Amino acid sequence: MLRIRNLKCYYGRIIAVKGVSISVRKGELISLIGANGSGKSTLLNAICGLLPTWEGEIIFEEISLRGLSPPAIVKRGISLVPEGRLIFPPLSVMDNLKIGAYTMYRRKLHKNVLEDLEMVMTLFPVLKDRADQPAGTLSGGEQQMVAIGRALMARPRLLILDEPSMGLAPLLVEKILKTLAVLRDEGLTILLVEQNAQAALKIADRGYVLETGKIVLQGTASELLTDDEVKRAYLGKDYGDFYEGRI
Amino acid sequence: MSSKLLRKTASYGIFWIAVAAAGMSIDNSYYLQVLTFIGIHSILALGLNMLMGYAGQISLGHAAFYGLGAYTTAIMTVHYDLSPWLALPCAICLVILVAFIVGLPTLKLSGYYLGMGTLGFGMIVHIIFREWTSVTGGASGYVGIPPLELGAFSFSSSRNYFYLVWCTVLISIVLCQRLIDSRIGRALRSIHDSEHASKAVGVNTRNLKLQVFMLSAALAGVAGFLYAHFVSFISPGTFDFIVSIRIVTMVVIGGMASIWGALLGASLLTLLPEWLHAFSDFEMIVYGLILMLVMIILPQGLTRGILDIYERSHKKYFK
Repeated sequence: MLRIRNLKCYYGRIIAVKGVSISVRKGELISLIGANGSGKSTLLNAICGLLPTWEGEIIFEEISLRGLSPPAIVKRGISLVPEGRLIFPPLSVMDNLKIGAYTMYRRKLHKNVLEDLEMVMTLFPVLKDRADQPAGTLSGGEQQMVAIGRALMARPRLLILDEPSMGLAPLLVEKILKTLAVLRDEGLTILLVEQNAQAALKIADRGYVLETGKIVLQGTASELLTDDEVKRAYLGKDYGDFYEGRI
Repeated sequence: MSSKLLRKTASYGIFWIAVAAAGMSIDNSYYLQVLTFIGIHSILALGLNMLMGYAGQISLGHAAFYGLGAYTTAIMTVHYDLSPWLALPCAICLVILVAFIVGLPTLKLSGYYLGMGTLGFGMIVHIIFREWTSVTGGASGYVGIPPLELGAFSFSSSRNYFYLVWCTVLISIVLCQRLIDSRIGRALRSIHDSEHASKAVGVNTRNLKLQVFMLSAALAGVAGFLYAHFVSFISPGTFDFIVSIRIVTMVVIGGMASIWGALLGASLLTLLPEWLHAFSDFEMIVYGLILMLVMIILPQGLTRGILDIYERSHKKYFK
């Protein structure tokens, strides 16, 4: 579904992504893990058209995304949940969600928008009670739900999430990731970028490890979870003991 | 009908009843003229409020669009002897075209830089009004702009012009409110909060900012048209940098991102100089002090401030 070949991204003269190649197949949940500054968000911004200067190839459903604007990319079926949620605080939860449907809000699609609102409210029932509340007054977890719901309103075929666990309590992270797993099971393709490697790999089908702009490891989620290098660098050396209840 | 729509329709009704009551009860032509100026300034503030209050883009050159509207109708009606009603669409089209040309490069800027860009544009247009004597009449301005007429009906009386202006204000309010309540309005507010996030959800921020800039300019052009035919004389001094700042002040004092705030701001800033004549030499000092006090006491503007005071007192005495 998404094929990236030898992608290089630049910030002026600085090269942030150095020839990354990844692929995402239809219906998969792919985790891209890496430390701060490894180029994860840059990669996502390039896919979504938010970073115009890149070299290489980004192919989505056999069409190159080169030169496409962010709205055109959203229309093609890629939605981004940005890092730090970036919801619109003064706007109500309902308005935040409706903005997600901006690219498909034509009169003939009005019914679809209402259906999608219902779907988001079913996925995150807490938002139903807070529909008229300014989104800025919600808790971090609820704001993340709004951000995911907003992205879903565009009816994406590929949902990209940039560190959805950032600043959330472990229980909420688990809840959010469970929801992503449900969406994947329903057929949605997901590219999940996370620092929380353990949580991300737990629900993923496959994963990539990004370090200083390069893919250094790739494989199935179970392979990566047991990889000594990943354990040492991202999961902590006592990861096994911790999750087996010895610490 | 939903309660929100009902509330809005009721507010338009109350607004028009108040306008009609003022028009019928006030006989003094000076008061009617002041109210007409409030109406013209309200159209200006409403337009800038769409750009500043909702889309979060500053313009320090809005007087240029106001002036372009006024000069276009003046030149077309006096020099070419055309009907003002033909000059109106021409003025609007010209202002929109200029806004498009100016907005295309300047709206790539943001914050202070956008302010400086629009300020520069306003100054250039003001210099053109003043120096291009053969077309604009130069510093002495343009005289003999005809009053508006519709068939046998003339708008030359203060009362008729008052109704015409406030009718335009009402149309502008309904237009702006409809836009704000639509997906375009939500997108504008999203640009105000975070342009990056707005792009991420698929909003074409560049086009939308340009469109709202053109709408805002068009409303300023309409205000300029109404002004020119009301006073029948225009000069560059009416459209200088200070006027641009005054329009910004109207929006900020009234309360940004509020339709009624724009009206309140326009009313206060038009009425204050009239009230402060008594202070003669100290007029401008008192004017500045009042504006400073309003901003210190009600930093979010009059509308939000008054609502906050109401909500606090309501909580205190009724709960």
